[in-house]
Amino acid sequence: MFYRESGDFKKTYQDDSQTFPIKFDRRRYYVVMAIAFLVLPMFMTDYFANAMMIPFLVWAIAALGLNILVGYCGQLSLGTGGFMAVGAYATYKLMTSFPGMDMFSVVLLSGFVTALVGMIFGLPSLRIKGFYLAVATLAAQFFLVWLLNKVPWFYNYSASGQITAPERSIFGIIITGPHASPITGYLFCLILAVGLAWVARNLTRGRLGRSWMAIRDMDIAAEIIGVNPLMAKLSAFAVSSFFVGVAGSLFFSVYLGAAEVTEAFSINVSFAVLFMVIIGGLGSIFGSFVGAAFMVLMPVLLKNILVGGFGWPTDLAAHLEFIIVGALIVIFLIVEPHGLAQMARVLKEKLRLWPFPH
Amino acid sequence: MSIQNTTADQQHNPAVLLDLKHISLSFGGVKAITDISFDIYEGEVRAIIGPNGAGKSSMLNVINGFYHPQQGEIWFDGKHRQAMKPYEIAYQGIARTFQNIALFKGMSVLDNIMTGRFTHMSKNLFWQALWKGPAEQEEIANRELVEHVIDFLEIQAIRKTPVGRLPYGLQKRVELGRALAAQPKLLLLDEPMAGMNVEEKEDMCRFILDVNDTFGTTIALIEHDMGVVMDISDRVVVLDYGRKIGDGNPDDVRNDQTVIDAYLGVSH
Ligand SMILES: Nc1ncnc2c1ncn2[C@@H]1O[C@H](COP(=O)(O)OP(=O)(O)O)[C@@H](O)[C@H]1O
Ligand SMILES: [Mg+2]
Repeated sequence: MFYRESGDFKKTYQDDSQTFPIKFDRRRYYVVMAIAFLVLPMFMTDYFANAMMIPFLVWAIAALGLNILVGYCGQLSLGTGGFMAVGAYATYKLMTSFPGMDMFSVVLLSGFVTALVGMIFGLPSLRIKGFYLAVATLAAQFFLVWLLNKVPWFYNYSASGQITAPERSIFGIIITGPHASPITGYLFCLILAVGLAWVARNLTRGRLGRSWMAIRDMDIAAEIIGVNPLMAKLSAFAVSSFFVGVAGSLFFSVYLGAAEVTEAFSINVSFAVLFMVIIGGLGSIFGSFVGAAFMVLMPVLLKNILVGGFGWPTDLAAHLEFIIVGALIVIFLIVEPHGLAQMARVLKEKLRLWPFPH
Repeated sequence: MSIQNTTADQQHNPAVLLDLKHISLSFGGVKAITDISFDIYEGEVRAIIGPNGAGKSSMLNVINGFYHPQQGEIWFDGKHRQAMKPYEIAYQGIARTFQNIALFKGMSVLDNIMTGRFTHMSKNLFWQALWKGPAEQEEIANRELVEHVIDFLEIQAIRKTPVGRLPYGLQKRVELGRALAAQPKLLLLDEPMAGMNVEEKEDMCRFILDVNDTFGTTIALIEHDMGVVMDISDRVVVLDYGRKIGDGNPDDVRNDQTVIDAYLGVSH
């Protein structure tokens, strides 16, 4: 019975609504943070940072954003790739137009630009729901990619149609460009991911988050309680797009370094992030991280086992990866629609009783 | 605790909280409500009864702004009310429960009732994102009030339970809690006791009367059980086929021949 909540009484409502009400969870959270900020940067190889940790953090931010929209507010979106592209191109334009701007400002401003765009494309959600809204956001996906590809101003008239991240820094530490160290890139993404997860947690536990969930669960009842559906949905689109825009910004500037919109931000990206949210758990912040970890780490793991271990050809391993991801999504939708986060929750409930099951 | 702000001491010359004048509502060719007028006094329990399809729920939907009547005037709190969205009407102080439970299934009991505080909370996105400071203070202040509602309804033990897991009777109670948390001037209850067993009905009656007594909340209630209606309501309005066929004290209404005919006509 090492995992318990009995005897851990809350004396104030403040204590009762904290993020990790159980002491054990709180300690584990501090340990994870210490490892992420202090231990990993000391021992991490560049390959590990570049191939696993940076993409994991970037996709986690995107998944957080989509989860706010789909999981908390119940508005299905297939436009994530397009919104990430907006974040990436906003970053490129900001970096090239204002060379002196520090990277934090660049990334956050890109998030705000994406939030604006997201709100515009969120307007149809007032009239249409579910499947039809998904189709409307799909239109956003194709339109945004088309626009960013079609108008040369967005990529500064470069002949290749590519955008390339110049070297930019913060407090003299290089974050982007060819001379940036993967470890600093990792730390930069980590700070943003942790900060944004904290913001997501705050937004979802208060008045605004309840208005999102109310709209998701029963929009009629939400309205009679005073929730303006337009405000609730547009704020969800705005916040969600902000997160997705930040993810797109980091994906381009820190992870890829150079990008071409039709390749880097295609519809596949939209689906990948949606899968992360479903696998991790709709309406769960922790789940967004788990889902991202799963989608980033599993291919690497499979590749190492199949190609490295069994000596399979790479393309065969890649195909198998598709099959496994597809099968897992189907399994999750059937067995545990609330994703890995819910599985963890169930496990916790069992642990709480262990070793006496009743 | 003070969940209410209106007073109900004027028994002799009661103030009118809601006045419905010549309301008519139709859906395409279907006339749901035809030229109905009645009023609700401040502090009373007003029952709306009538057979199925009489237009009772439609009447509540008119009052809280879901339906916009083609004809008629609505006066609330002494003012002629223009056409408004339901969420604007919530800010005026009207809350309700639904005939078919309309709780937020994915949320806990506590969150459902906290959502009822929506109109009383105002911290914007920026403060919410920071949490520490004004947003948290507002949350705690409102949580205290919600805990009073939870105590009042005797649902302390299920505070953190997702509402989807609760039995029907408790869900109805939570829905009442959500409406109460809004501290409404006017509380609309659409068949709060439908589908309950005798014990649950007694509990619900007690809660409704307590709300009315302790906080002076004005209540309009739709109910089928005539026994319940006679017990708890101050005045009764009777609808049939979208028309008003009776209005007055429970005793007068019960002995009214038109009302008796309407009820007998339906149940036999
Ligand atoms: N949204 C709607 N569209 C069409 N007809 C409706 C609608 N709402 C109610 N009605 C009709 O109005 C009449 C009254 O319904 P209702 O108010 O639900 O009755 P009650 O609550 O008294 O049982 C019924 O004939 C019903 O079919
Ligand atoms: Mg009805």
